[in-house]
Amino acid sequence: MRIGSEDPALAVTTAPTTHRRTLTGRRPSEGVARGVAMGGALLLLGALGLMIVRLAQLSAPIWKEKGISWVWGSTWAPANGVFGALPFILGTVITSAIALVIATPLGVGTALFISELCPARLRRPVGSVIDLLAAVPSVIYGLWGIYVLLPILLPVERALADSLGRAIPIFSGPIGGNGSGFFAAGVVLAIMILPTISAVSREVMLTIPRDAREAGYALGATRWEMIRMAVLPPARTGIMGALILGLGRALGETVAVLMLIGDVPAVNHSLFASGYSMASVIANEFNEAIEHLHVQALIGIGIVLFLVTVVIDIGARLLVRKAGG
Amino acid sequence: MARAMQTASTRRKVVDKAMLVAMVAALVLSAVPLVSILIEVIIKGLHAIHGVSFFTQPPPGDPTSTAGGVGNAIIGTVLMVLLASVVFIPLGILGAVYLAEFAPGTRLARLVRFFAEVMTGIPSILFGVFAYGLVVVYVHHYSGLAGALALGMIMWPIVLRTTEEMLLRVPSGIREASLALGTPKWKTVLKVVLPSAGAGITTGAMLAVSRAAGETAPLLFTALDWQFMSFKITQPISSLPVAIFSGATSAYDPQVARAWGAALTLLAFVLILTLAARFVTARRSVT
Repeated sequence: MRIGSEDPALAVTTAPTTHRRTLTGRRPSEGVARGVAMGGALLLLGALGLMIVRLAQLSAPIWKEKGISWVWGSTWAPANGVFGALPFILGTVITSAIALVIATPLGVGTALFISELCPARLRRPVGSVIDLLAAVPSVIYGLWGIYVLLPILLPVERALADSLGRAIPIFSGPIGGNGSGFFAAGVVLAIMILPTISAVSREVMLTIPRDAREAGYALGATRWEMIRMAVLPPARTGIMGALILGLGRALGETVAVLMLIGDVPAVNHSLFASGYSMASVIANEFNEAIEHLHVQALIGIGIVLFLVTVVIDIGARLLVRKAGG
Repeated sequence: MARAMQTASTRRKVVDKAMLVAMVAALVLSAVPLVSILIEVIIKGLHAIHGVSFFTQPPPGDPTSTAGGVGNAIIGTVLMVLLASVVFIPLGILGAVYLAEFAPGTRLARLVRFFAEVMTGIPSILFGVFAYGLVVVYVHHYSGLAGALALGMIMWPIVLRTTEEMLLRVPSGIREASLALGTPKWKTVLKVVLPSAGAGITTGAMLAVSRAAGETAPLLFTALDWQFMSFKITQPISSLPVAIFSGATSAYDPQVARAWGAALTLLAFVLILTLAARFVTARRSVT
C-alpha cells in the first residue's frame, strides 16, 4: 500500500478528492497562490520589524553607556565624547513650527479655493499645480533655496532684526551666513509641506455634502459665512489631520534643511540663527563619524526621529480617517 | 436701526470679499515657488548643459573646468532605481494582491495596509541608515546595492497602496465571470484582474520611481558618490541627487553650474513621470 501510493498509476484513486475540492472552490493551486501573496504582504511587516531591530542594535552601545539622558543634553562635541541631542531636537521643532505657521493659511486657503470657489472642471488642473510641488525632489528645493531664496530672505531678516530685534528676542540676530538658519529652512519646509496640507484638506472638504452648503445659503449667508458655518466645522478634524501629517513630513525632511539651516549644533533663541535638525545632522555627520559612539549617537537620534514621526503620522491618519467618515 | 442693519450687512460683504481675496492670494502664493523653481532650474540648467557630453561625460578632475557633465550620476541613478524597481515593484504588487484579492477586510490585511501607510511617513533618511546597517556594515564598503535597497524600501509601500486601490476598483463581475468558468483564482488574478488594473498599477509604479529617483538623504551614506564613469553597482556610485547636493555646496562656480544642469535633468525626468502618471489616471477615471 505504502509503495503503491507513490505509483503514478494509482494516482487515480486520489482523483475524487481533488475533484470534490474543485467543486467547493478550493484547489491546491489556490492555497499556493494565497500563500505566496500572503508572503509578499508579510514581508513588508517583516522588513519594517527588521528595520526597527537593526536600528536598535546599531545604537545599543550609546544607550548602554549614556543612559537616556544624553538625548536632552545641550552640548554636542563628538570629538570629546559629549553627545547631547537637544540642539537637534530644538532645531527640528523650531523649523517645523515655522513651516506650519507659514503653510497652514496657504494650504487651507488653497484647499478652500479649490473646493469652494473653483469651477468643478478646473478643480483637477488647479489642484495639480500645487500637488506638483510635492514631486519636486527635496535637493532641488535646497539648491533653489541657497541661490534664489536666501538672497531674498537676507535683507528681510536684516530689516526685521534691526527693527524688531531689540524688543522681540526671536527676531534678533545673529543672522546665519548668507541668511541661512532656522527661518530659511522653515520657509523651504513650508513650501514642501504645502501640497500635503492642501491636498488632504481639499479631500476632506469635498466630502462635505452639498446640502449643508445650500442650507447655509438658504439662511442668507454670504459665501464666507457659509464656509465658516457649513464647511469649516465638519472639516476641522480633517484639517487638523492634514496639518499634523504636514508636520510629520517637516520633521523628517533632511536634505533641503541641511542645505539651508547652517549646520551649527547650538541652542539659540533667534529665528535667524544657524542651527541643525535631527535628520540633517544624521545626513551630514554619518560619513565623517569615525568614533563608534558618534555613529551610534547619530543612529540613536534616528530612533528618536523615527518614534516621533511614526507617532505623529499615525495620529494624523487616524484623525483624517475619522473626518473622512 | 435700518442704518445699523445696513452697516452690518456692509461689514458682512466686506468680510466676505476679503476672505475670497485671501483664498485667491493663498493659491497664488502657493503657486509662486513652483513657478520660480521651474524658471530658475530651466534657465540655469540650460546654461550649464553645453551639449550632449553633459549627459555622457563624468565631471572633470579639475573643479574649475566647465567641461564634463553628470553622465556618471545619470548612470548611477538609473542603475539603482532600476534594481530597486525590479525587486520592490513586484513585491509591492504581490502584497497588494493579497490585500485586495485574497484577504480583503481581514485583520492581517488591515494591519499590512496600516503599516504600509506608516512606512510612507518614515523619513527617508532612516531607510538609508537601515540599508547602511544591513549592507554597508557587513560588506565593509559603501555600494550602489545599499542605495538601491534604501530606494526600494521607499518605493515599496507606495506601490503596494496604489496597486491595492486600483485592484479594489476592478469591478467584481469580471472576477466572478472568470471564476465561474472554472479558472483558478491565481489565474484569474494574473490574467484578468491585474491586466484590467494595469494602467493604475503603472501609475503607482511611475510615482514610486519618480519619488525614488529624487531621494538624496538615504544615498549620502549608502551609495555615496563616485566621480568616474562606473557601472559597478557593488561599489560606491554617483547619483543625480547626490551630484546636485555636492555641486550646490561647492565653492567652485563650474560645479554649482553643473548642479543646476543636473537639477534640470532630474526635474525633467521626475515631472514628466509624474505628469504622465496623472494623465494615465485622469483618462482612466473618465471612461
